[in-house]
Amino acid sequence: MTITYTSDHFKEQAHQALGEPNLQRALDRTTTLLQARRARAYAEFEEFESTRDAASRIKDHVLRHLDHYLERFETAATAAGCKVHWARTADEACAIVVDLCKAARAQTVTRVKSMLGEEIGLPEALDGAGLERVETDLAEHINQLAGDRPSHIVIPALHKTREEVSELFREAHGHGRRIEEVAELVQSARLALREKYFKADVGISGANFLIADTGSVCTVTNEGNAELTMELPRVHIVTAGIEKLVPSMDHAAVLLRVLARSALGMEITQYTTFLTGPRRPGDRDGPEEMHIVLVDAGRTELLADELAPILKCIRCAACINHCPVYGQIGGHAYGGIYQGPMGSVLTPMAASLAKAKDLPHACTLNGRCVDVCPVKIPLTDLIRTLRERIWQQQLTDRPTRWGLGLWGQVVRRPALYRLASRISARALRVWARGKPMIKRLPLDGAWTKSRDFPTPEPGGTFMERYRRGER
Amino acid sequence: MNDRPAKSEVALFVTCLADAIRPSTAFAAARLIEACGFRVHVPDAQTCCGQPAFNSGDTATARALAERFVEAFEPYAYVVAPSGSCMGMLKTHLPHLFADDPAWLERHAALAERCYELSSFLADVADFTPEGRYAGRVTYHHGCSALRELGVRTQPERLITALSGLSYMPLAHPEACCGFGGTFCVKYADISTAIADEKVDDILATGAKTLIGGDLGCLFNIQGRLHRRGADMEVLHLAELLAGSTDTRPAEASGS
Ligand code: SF4
Repeated sequence: MTITYTSDHFKEQAHQALGEPNLQRALDRTTTLLQARRARAYAEFEEFESTRDAASRIKDHVLRHLDHYLERFETAATAAGCKVHWARTADEACAIVVDLCKAARAQTVTRVKSMLGEEIGLPEALDGAGLERVETDLAEHINQLAGDRPSHIVIPALHKTREEVSELFREAHGHGRRIEEVAELVQSARLALREKYFKADVGISGANFLIADTGSVCTVTNEGNAELTMELPRVHIVTAGIEKLVPSMDHAAVLLRVLARSALGMEITQYTTFLTGPRRPGDRDGPEEMHIVLVDAGRTELLADELAPILKCIRCAACINHCPVYGQIGGHAYGGIYQGPMGSVLTPMAASLAKAKDLPHACTLNGRCVDVCPVKIPLTDLIRTLRERIWQQQLTDRPTRWGLGLWGQVVRRPALYRLASRISARALRVWARGKPMIKRLPLDGAWTKSRDFPTPEPGGTFMERYRRGER
Repeated sequence: MNDRPAKSEVALFVTCLADAIRPSTAFAAARLIEACGFRVHVPDAQTCCGQPAFNSGDTATARALAERFVEAFEPYAYVVAPSGSCMGMLKTHLPHLFADDPAWLERHAALAERCYELSSFLADVADFTPEGRYAGRVTYHHGCSALRELGVRTQPERLITALSGLSYMPLAHPEACCGFGGTFCVKYADISTAIADEKVDDILATGAKTLIGGDLGCLFNIQGRLHRRGADMEVLHLAELLAGSTDTRPAEASGS
């Protein structure tokens, strides 16, 4: 199902987020911690740069030969007993999954967190088809209870404080207690979810990697819910973006080395699972059927685009964790599924540039995201490319266009430019009335709403003073 | 192109903020470069590095300015700017604008290797050791472009700590952006302010009385927020600190 984007309300949403004390507390706690943990993990990992190079090259290689690896994967997965489905669009993908659930006469489906699932609107589609959807990831369980979307691709309930979660569980889990301890909260969720695992007819997961030569699906998680979701029900459905392919297990291993370190500062996640086909005769567990839905949803088109490097993304969230804008406003303000730098590239492609034109602009271009990205995606370059398109398609707001247009004319003419500098510096000095800092700037008050502005020094601009012989 | 420029000729890229608001920074930069035995030129044809246009997606204007920059500055042995942000643009981003034009790309590449942000020019090229004295506790804010586009990490601190009488109090989060971001700071003023507040908290927590930086954009942003919050702190460009021209700071300026 096509999901609703509210990125066109970015400014209001960001403003609101800035004023939410609980969100602010949650953000402060988490982003600082994640940054410190990542730094520590890499300080202890000597081959970081070379592994990062290798990870980046693997992704580049796969994207260049995607058709080849897709075919290989289909052949291998089919040989292992899987049924591979192809979905061109989000809607097609959802329809395939819903049909599979219906064919399995499913009433209850368990789901383990998958950003691709969120991207294609799978939760909404399952609900719409009248299926009981059980989110088994602790954070997604919280979001399901609260009716929230993920606010972070790795920590989907990052926006919730422990206190808020306690309040949610008190009602939803029917024990009426206000739990303080995290471990107890986890236990409360486990108890509530346990019976569902056994009741479920279908389990739906995503994939972190698709292994082309063996047809395996690799998932990484920390809670163990993925295994219960993928192995207990009769039918297991995987939805995965076509960019998730890697040539072999060895290649996946390289990416695994940087994924958990970048995401949570861990050497490796608690659970790293490779699934190859459904249950075989003699196997003790596993589903009877395993379906893999390979989703395009705009990816092939992106391959031919200047923005193609974003397809290398392994969804580690390092760029998000180090983004100063995300650190202030959290994930929901972006109004889509993905957040922070990677979201500011992906959302305009998914929602439309016109709708999400704020996202590429709501960035200081400080470049920390590029520094921490384990697959070397030039995020700031991609963000600038989007800005260029926004400008070319005349989506920039009119005052900015005119302002920059006028400035552009002046700045191309050095003599005129020097004159304009002289005039503005003088005008500002008059306006400042002898004070060293200006409390309110003329024309545009956005700067001085919260900041003072330094009064120009006396005596004129540098250029005129220098020409007068001053040194 | 021209004959190989004489080794001692340095062109100063003034930057628009230093030109219009804080000439002391540019004078200090020029004095420092001359103190190292170079001759300073201030090409008349210079205007802006083009970042406002480039970062707003107006590549046509940015490209026009890029050509102007290369033409005006290629006669000199070195180009130095008292800003990591402008220099980051001139040195690392111009190739994007010349991507379809091998001739310009080549001209730019030849120039780019002679382009320096001030602190790296002083520390790496001119081998400058400051001799002055500055009594007080100072901290330093790294501009993001200097840090990540130009890899200027240690030079500012090396220069600062060479001064006598000074205690250096580093920030707890030296990698953090101050929230300036060019047009970002007015387009998304409330987000920008929230980011600036974290920077200001970090600065105040050091106990320093003077904030030094290598970029007037960041410095104006931080100073503006510090001042609005009523914090009493001196804010100087690194060039001013090193050249000892702290007497001309705007806070004590009077008359027009
Ligand atoms: S863009 Fe890079 S840092 Fe950001 S989530 Fe993707 S892989 Fe991680």
